Amino acid sequence: MTGWRRRGTPAAVAAAVPRTAIEVRRVGHAYGERPVLHDVTLTLAEHRIGVIGGNGSGKSTFARLLNGLVLPTEGQVLVDGLDTRTDLRAVRRRVGFVFQDPDAQIVHPTVAEDVAFGLQNQGVPAEERAVRVAEVLDRYGLAGHADHPAHLLSGGQKQLLAIAGVLVMRPLRVVFDEPTTLLDLANKRRIARVVAELEQDVVVVTHDLDLLAGFDRVVVFAAGRVVADGPPAESVAAYLASMA
Amino acid sequence: MTLALYHPVPSPVHRAPAGLKLLVLAALGVLLFVVPRLYLVGGALAGVLAVGLGLGGLPVRVLWAQVRPVLIWLAALFVVHLLVTDAATGALAVSRLLTLVLAAAVVTATSRVTELVDVVERICSPLRWVGVRPARIGLVIAMTLRFIPLIAERAARIREAQAARGGARRLTVLVVPLLVQVLQMAHTTAEALDARGADDEPLPRRRRRDR
Ligand SMILES: Nc1ncnc2c1ncn2[C@@H]1O[C@H](COP(=O)(O)OP(=O)(O)O)[C@@H](O)[C@H]1O
Ligand SMILES: [Mg+2]
Repeated sequence: MTGWRRRGTPAAVAAAVPRTAIEVRRVGHAYGERPVLHDVTLTLAEHRIGVIGGNGSGKSTFARLLNGLVLPTEGQVLVDGLDTRTDLRAVRRRVGFVFQDPDAQIVHPTVAEDVAFGLQNQGVPAEERAVRVAEVLDRYGLAGHADHPAHLLSGGQKQLLAIAGVLVMRPLRVVFDEPTTLLDLANKRRIARVVAELEQDVVVVTHDLDLLAGFDRVVVFAAGRVVADGPPAESVAAYLASMA
Repeated sequence: MTLALYHPVPSPVHRAPAGLKLLVLAALGVLLFVVPRLYLVGGALAGVLAVGLGLGGLPVRVLWAQVRPVLIWLAALFVVHLLVTDAATGALAVSRLLTLVLAAAVVTATSRVTELVDVVERICSPLRWVGVRPARIGLVIAMTLRFIPLIAERAARIREAQAARGGARRLTVLVVPLLVQVLQMAHTTAEALDARGADDEPLPRRRRRDR
């Protein structure tokens, strides 16, 4: 019976919960003995939110809290009211995650197979899977590479493949952790365009301040705390001033 | 280095079910060992080439790429037979092996990895009763094929970086940074598997009509 209580919101109910906001409530996180986030409280409801801060300031840890890859050691994270602790599966279906290094997140040898992976996990039938994969590959200019080995793609194409593999699952939100750090300028711009065109709500961790053009809000981290939070211009100015 | 052997062209061989192709491959292997006659092996060799190059529309270079690495072993095998038995037995052994390598190459070049993996999963499905998840076995195979070339590439990159700084070409000098990179990547890959719902699947007897 205790198992029953721990299961959280039933799947069908969770799937129907509307998109409202991610609430981060008094969250702290420690890796073992080492605290890296302290008392973070934020309500993330804007369409495009940037996260910036120095190396080791806790950005990646914060990003991972948003889809339950990291669970808070203190406080709570609620995604549209679903707790990352008890409704982990439902949360992960809502919140897609794109990592810095696409090579690490491409798990199948060829392009189309990799995009299909998430759908396979969700039990989407083969026919529907094929249609959705083709659609997404087409949208990201990878249609001609469907049967190509993933490791022969360029860096920019690999990141597009990683994004395609997440978007094909139709999450309501996507978290990006430094998606352009390993890319050259042309590819940085291409990914920026892809992010700008997404209908999903996005949270983007980045050092690439250009990527934040047109964002609704930017949060600045330093030493595991939020030190600025507001419109991009103000937050970036505060960040640059703190670096000077 | 490429392990993705699939060569997509529209052909009846490509459309044939991967399970059937693997079955024929296995049957051919058994047959050639049970009935070691040169005419049979010769016929099988001709058949495999006809199916691969003719019916399957594979370019010669695709099959050649698979045969080239084993040529030296075939030559060595022939030499051993010359010394131990005789030329006829040697010819039989070599052509038999060559036929099977080519047949395997035809199967892999005309079947997607996912299809082959699905067959393996189906064969492994009785293991479900002892708590093994067949889908996991399939995922492991696919990931192996994905990461071997990637790791080879990272190793080459580290070697280049070291050469550029005039580093020694000792194995330990390569292995340590490579291991660090691979472990780091493995951590992210584990997270990515989680994020993409690799754990979502444990419904028992899920109806999988995969391809
Ligand atoms: N898996 C982990 N185990 C232990 N310490 C970690 C781990 N991930 C990050 N850290 C540490 O936590 C701190 C914050 O890291 P991170 O969230 O990655 O910051 P950022 O993304 O801003 O660079 C750093 O000091 C880092 O070394
Ligand atoms: Mg980081």
